Amino acid sequence: MLLGVAFGIVMYKAEAASWFRIFEMFNFQSFHMYGFIGSALAVGVIGVQYFKRSHSKDVDGEQIVIQPKAKSIPRYLIGGVFFGLGWALVGACPGPIFALLGSGVFSIIIVIIGALAGTYFYGVIRKYLPH
Amino acid sequence: MILGTWPWYVGGPLVAIIMLILIKLGKAFGFSSNFRTMCSALGAGKSCDFFDFNWKSQRWNLLFLVGTIIGGFVAANLLSDNQVASISDQSIAELQAYGFESAGKAYLPTELFLDLTPKNILILLVGGLFIGFGTRYAGGCTSGHAISGLSDLQWPSLVAVIGFFIGGLLMVHVLFPLIF
Repeated sequence: MLLGVAFGIVMYKAEAASWFRIFEMFNFQSFHMYGFIGSALAVGVIGVQYFKRSHSKDVDGEQIVIQPKAKSIPRYLIGGVFFGLGWALVGACPGPIFALLGSGVFSIIIVIIGALAGTYFYGVIRKYLPH
Repeated sequence: MILGTWPWYVGGPLVAIIMLILIKLGKAFGFSSNFRTMCSALGAGKSCDFFDFNWKSQRWNLLFLVGTIIGGFVAANLLSDNQVASISDQSIAELQAYGFESAGKAYLPTELFLDLTPKNILILLVGGLFIGFGTRYAGGCTSGHAISGLSDLQWPSLVAVIGFFIGGLLMVHVLFPLIF
């Protein structure tokens, strides 16, 4: 939970939870969000590769294995487009949505209700969708 | 310094460190799966087998979510002095043309989030639906794909991130002029 607190603080303070910043990002008018994701990746790639090469174990003594994503294109592309449409419209992805809730933006509850309904809708129709 | 906007080279690495600690704790960093867990906890497993799983095994992630809410509270109330997203002049000009007078003066567009007109409620609800549906269909959101998946150099995550951008660009450049 403490990691979640840290995550919420960073998302808010670095403005990944700002609708304005997301608009600016999709207009390529600032480096801020690209620098944010890019620097996270730079550190992330090095860290994950280090874990893998050194055969690190987690705190329970289990070998660290990162589950590979299933290999396909349609689900990631189509699902991704839907997600992108929502991300740009609401100006926040799932983590920041909850950081905003904590910051006192209570209208974001409407987004959360929508997201739960959307997730449920996916669960119901997933057998008819290409994956 | 702490009270203002944190620069990207502070925020980005911190998020990566949070992910690496989660991996070290034997967990996978992915925020949107909480929506599935919450559906399941609300009883969706009775009507749909996608939600029929042991959601209590995901309790750590729900605690992470509760932490995120607390983090948002702490950031906004204790670590900020009315933080304003100082976006570029060009973005401000474009947003003012859409009628967003709060651009450059607030953290969020007050016209959208503080004025609950039927249109705004519809926008937030539809946006939420797309996020919930898209993120589960794609098997992850920005944290699971753009940060975790790409950190592990997985190409499906790259496809998903390309999808995120196709959707986002479509929304901002094609649909915004129709909506706002």
